[in-house]
Amino acid sequence: MIVLSVADLAIAATLVLLLTLLSLRMHPDLGRQLVFSALRTAIQLSLIGMVLKVLFANASLLWVSLMAGVMLLIAGREVMVRQERRFRGWWGYAVGTFSMFVSSFVVTIFALTVILGDDPWYTPQYAIPLLGMLLGNTMNGISIAMDRLTETAWEQAKTIEARLMLGERADEAIADIRRQAIRSGMIPIINAMAAAGVISLPGMMTGQILAGAAPLDAVKYQILIMFLIASGTGFGTLAAVAVGSRHLFDARQRLCLDRLRQRP
Amino acid sequence: MTTIQTAHTPDPVTAQPSLLELDRLQRPAIGPVSLAVAAGECVCISGPSGAGKSQLLRAIADLDPHAGEVRLSGMPAESIAPPEWRRRVGLLPPESSWWLPRVADHFHSGAALPLEEVGLADAILNQPVGRLSSGEKQRLALLRLLANRPGVLLLDEPTANLDPKNTARVEAVIAAYREARDAAVIWVSHDRDQAARVCDRHYAIADGDLQLQESAP
Repeated sequence: MIVLSVADLAIAATLVLLLTLLSLRMHPDLGRQLVFSALRTAIQLSLIGMVLKVLFANASLLWVSLMAGVMLLIAGREVMVRQERRFRGWWGYAVGTFSMFVSSFVVTIFALTVILGDDPWYTPQYAIPLLGMLLGNTMNGISIAMDRLTETAWEQAKTIEARLMLGERADEAIADIRRQAIRSGMIPIINAMAAAGVISLPGMMTGQILAGAAPLDAVKYQILIMFLIASGTGFGTLAAVAVGSRHLFDARQRLCLDRLRQRP
Repeated sequence: MTTIQTAHTPDPVTAQPSLLELDRLQRPAIGPVSLAVAAGECVCISGPSGAGKSQLLRAIADLDPHAGEVRLSGMPAESIAPPEWRRRVGLLPPESSWWLPRVADHFHSGAALPLEEVGLADAILNQPVGRLSSGEKQRLALLRLLANRPGVLLLDEPTANLDPKNTARVEAVIAAYREARDAAVIWVSHDRDQAARVCDRHYAIADGDLQLQESAP
C-alpha cells in the first residue's frame, strides 16, 4: 500500500481551498461551511485514528466495550435529533438507542464470534469497524422509520381513532402505518444491496482493494458486511417501530399524541 | 332547570335500572358530570361549539383519559377490555374516516345493511370512498357503527350534513335500532327541534356542566 505523507494531504487540501475561494465570491456562507467541515473531517478523523491506535495496542475487552458504548450513545443521539416529531422526554432517546443496541450489538457479536472467529473475539481491528458500519446504517433505518411512524400517526390521528371507536385493537388500528414505517426504514439498504457493484462500488471494498487485498477477498468481505447491515437495519427497524407504535397508546389503548413533541 | 341527575337516581321516566352511568366523569374542561341513561332511553345534549359536548362523548368511549367512572350495566369501563368497551359503547364522530379503497371494504361481508332505509342504493358499496359526499359518508358511518350492535350509542351531530328528508330517515333508523335492541342513546345536537323530536330528556351543556331542560315531552 502506498502510504500518504502530510504533503500529499496538503496537495488535496489546496483543491478544497480553491473551491472555497470560488464559492466565497458567490455565497460567503457556503464557503465558511466548506472550510469548517473540511477542518472537522481532518480533526475528527485524526483523533479517531489516534484513539484506534491506542485501542489496538491495548486490546482489552474493557476498552473495546467502552469505545462501543460511546459509539452507541452518539448514534442514539443522532437518531433522536433526526426525528421531527419524536417522543417527549427520555423516551425520544431511548427507543432508538435501545433498538440500535439490540440489533447492531447482537449482529456484531454474532459476526465476530461465529463467522470471523478471531482470538480474542473482540479484537478491535475487526470489532470497531464492524460495529461502526452497523451503527451507521441501522441509525439511518431506525431514524427514517421512526420519523415516518410518528409523523404519519400525527397526520392520520382521526383515522386511527375512528378505527378504535369501531372496536379495533390499538395494534390493528395502527397496523398500516407500522407497515409503511418499516418499509421506509428498510428501503435504503434494500436499494444499496441491489445497486452494489453495478451502480456503486461500496466504500469498504474499495478501501480493502486500495490497501492491497485481492479483489475477490474484498468482495467476500463486502458481501458479509452487506448481509450484516441488512439484517441489523431490519431487526433494528422492526424493534424500534414495535416499541414506538406501542408507546403511541396508553394502557386503555387510547392514542396519546401528547407523548410526541410538537414540531419545532 | 338546574337539576343534575346523579348516577344513583333511577331514571324518573322509566324507573328502570340504568344501562349507562357516568359517575363524576371529569376532563380538564368538563364536569364532574353524573348522568344515568336507561336502556331504550335517548338523552340529548346541546350547547355552543367548544362547550365540551364532543369531549364528553370521547371520554365516555374511553378515547381520552378522564377522572371518575363510566359503567355499563353496573360494570366499570376499566373491567372491560378497551376494544370490547368501544364496540359496546359506540361513538359516531362528527366526521367519519374511510381508510380502505372501497366502501364495502369497511363492512363485514354478508351483513345485511339497511341502506334503503337511509336513502342509499346498494350500488354505493362498490364505490371508491373518495367519491362519497359528506352526507353519504355520514349515513354510511352510522350503518357501520350499528353493524357492531352497540348497546349504547353516542351520536355526535349525526344529521349535521343531511337535508330534512334524510334527517328524518336517519332519525327513524336510530329510533328503530333503539327500540329493537333496547339501546341507550346520547345524542349531541345543535337543533332544539330535533332534540324535542327524538329525546326523552334534554340537557344543555354550559361551563362543563349538564343542565336539564324542561322542554322534553
